[in-house]
Amino acid sequence: MTAQVSTARPAPPLAARRPPRRTRAWLHRLDLKGSPYLYIAPFFVLFGAFGLFPLVYTAWVSMHDWNLLSDDHPFVGLRNYTELFVDPYFWNALGNTASILVLSTVPQLVMALGLAALLNSRLRGQTFFRLGLLLPNVTSVVAVAVIFSQLFGRDFGLINWILRTLHLGTVDWQSGTASSQIAIAVMIVWRWTGYNALIYLAAMQAVPTELYESATLDGASPLQQLRKITIPSIRPTIIFTVLVSTIYGMQVFAEPQLFGGGGPDGVTGGKDRQFQTLTLYLYEHGFNRFEFGYASAIAWVMFAVIVIAAAVNYLVIRRIRSAS
Amino acid sequence: MRITRQAADARRGRLVRALAPLLTLSLVGVGATACGGSSGSDTSKVTLTVGLFGDFGFKPLYDEYKKAHPNVEINERTAQYADHHKNLAAHLATGTGAADIEAIEVGYISQFSAQPGKFYNLLDYGAGDLKSQWLDWKWQQGLSTDGKSLVGLGTDVGGMAMCYRTDLMAKAGLPTKRDEVSKLWPTWSDYIEAGKKYQAKVPDSHFFESAGNMFRAMVGQAPVGLYDDKDNVIVGSNPDVKKSWDTTVQAIQAKMSAKLTAWTPEWTAGFQQGSFATIVCPAWMTAYIETNAKDASGKWDVSAIPGGSGNMGGSHLTLPKQGKHPKEAADLLKWLTAPEQQAKVFKATGNFPSLPKLYDDPSIKNFSKPFFNDAPTGQLFAEAPKAVKPQHMGPKGGDVMQTVQQGLGRIEEGKQKPDEAWSQVLKDVDKLK
Repeated sequence: MTAQVSTARPAPPLAARRPPRRTRAWLHRLDLKGSPYLYIAPFFVLFGAFGLFPLVYTAWVSMHDWNLLSDDHPFVGLRNYTELFVDPYFWNALGNTASILVLSTVPQLVMALGLAALLNSRLRGQTFFRLGLLLPNVTSVVAVAVIFSQLFGRDFGLINWILRTLHLGTVDWQSGTASSQIAIAVMIVWRWTGYNALIYLAAMQAVPTELYESATLDGASPLQQLRKITIPSIRPTIIFTVLVSTIYGMQVFAEPQLFGGGGPDGVTGGKDRQFQTLTLYLYEHGFNRFEFGYASAIAWVMFAVIVIAAAVNYLVIRRIRSAS
Repeated sequence: MRITRQAADARRGRLVRALAPLLTLSLVGVGATACGGSSGSDTSKVTLTVGLFGDFGFKPLYDEYKKAHPNVEINERTAQYADHHKNLAAHLATGTGAADIEAIEVGYISQFSAQPGKFYNLLDYGAGDLKSQWLDWKWQQGLSTDGKSLVGLGTDVGGMAMCYRTDLMAKAGLPTKRDEVSKLWPTWSDYIEAGKKYQAKVPDSHFFESAGNMFRAMVGQAPVGLYDDKDNVIVGSNPDVKKSWDTTVQAIQAKMSAKLTAWTPEWTAGFQQGSFATIVCPAWMTAYIETNAKDASGKWDVSAIPGGSGNMGGSHLTLPKQGKHPKEAADLLKWLTAPEQQAKVFKATGNFPSLPKLYDDPSIKNFSKPFFNDAPTGQLFAEAPKAVKPQHMGPKGGDVMQTVQQGLGRIEEGKQKPDEAWSQVLKDVDKLK
């Protein structure tokens, strides 16, 4: 901008007070070298304040016995981490997170792929359906969790009512390990399938139509076309969605918290911790017992776990690509 | 300001000019509050926030107070029981966010009375003269741990009774008149016997709602509960706790529990639907029954509780130090806990006063509600608080209780055998310290 302004301004009369030539050159150089940094600074300042600083500060806190209610926070080194690794409830939460992740991500992405393929064919009212796909995603998580928790209610829930009328017997969704995790997975699937379907759809529209035309001429069925043309063509997008849903799945919080209902079950993820996820475990220690040091250690371990999970995912999916 | 103008940096000058009115405004604001604190004759409005959980029945009282104090505006905010106390602890620790007046339930009071520095001392605001009004033990609970300052003034106490549904009792062939029902279960083992009869006759319903509540009532009747006087958790070593646990387990094994968790939607719906026939009923519980079972008027009645009197719950109002208007807030607090208001709250909601002089007041003593079949609640709930020698509630009393209740819940859900549940409870409680 500075450069533009200086060229647009009519040259001042020679006699005008202008800075000595050397200063001007220096200013010019500064503008040239410095301005770009200034332009990108907002991102880095924001990232520093809201990304990097909390990350580093959390690491610092995690090495202290940092109770929110007490005034002194003694340094304990890595003790929080060693305690964490021998806490069976941590491993329980990690296991629950992993199983909810699988239970939610796999059906979600498979269904999204199917929906996208359907929408990619010529349909009436395409915009309507595409908007409809996104609707669950713009609904507030809290509303989704509250409503689904009622649907999965033991005594007066809709799902059990249907099961009862079909004489199939009822399920105590919340108390069972598998049933509670399925209920939570259903909430996640409902919320995110449409979103992923839209991303797939966008990628599918970039696949050249000639491929499909010649495949049709060769007598390939729609299913074959999906497997042999569509999926290979949108693989990078699939990798992206797998990564994003993994990262989201590792941090599931509102669904199990609200599914447990207010009170202690929402914090421990059921009486037997059957659906306590890692984030809920962090919440229990940080915001219920105010053990911020320990909670910070959990946060860092979670960070490491997410990085590892994302890396493993990436490698596995890349492997599939190169194999085929 | 003048210095910056002399510097004549145009941009900085503009900034200062933009900030100046703000600065002036905030200075004026400080001046105004300072006046309010010293003279009290100013006309500026003071807004007080009241942070509560559940239903304290204060809403209708605010208007009355505002009429007498036109310069006061009152905002009430409510949260769920556990959330409320967790939030308050966080707000006090971080130095921001607490309301002018905060309610604290007895399960959490020790945690907060251990840090009197975070609260205004109510003795500095003339509460000391009112001491004789309160039940002595209620007053003691509001004192700080060092006994030097008064953190909270009592609102209600939870003298225990047993509420029951007459229609379900009749269905099971059990007595329905409250005197006969009281005679049916003088002890907890009689209660369990009655439950077995009930379960045999009405198998599609349950005798009580949750094992956790039954356990809490039994522990509340013991002389010493989850903590000893020195703030040590004694869940593992107090025989009364284990006895209460074993009795509760018996009831669970006889399938008497509806396996509900208090405050969940299923629990709330159960009052209306008749999922259970009896519920341990401290005075404040009647408010929940009445709101949760609107169409069941006349079906609920109140009898004596098995095992003798005891106290369960009850609250205090406190003044966090973060409040900007301690004088006005203290006035409101004293007014809300004064006899006239406690009497009104009792009649409207059922929360029972903590001021013994009200217990003999005819308007309380003879009070009854058609919803509860005209049971003399004013008389029933007065028995316990007079007789009770309260337990010492440790700093994490609420959390410890919930941990034990979760253990009972695991037995209810068939996830663990009683022994396994008990040993896990002991381990979990140990970690709370």
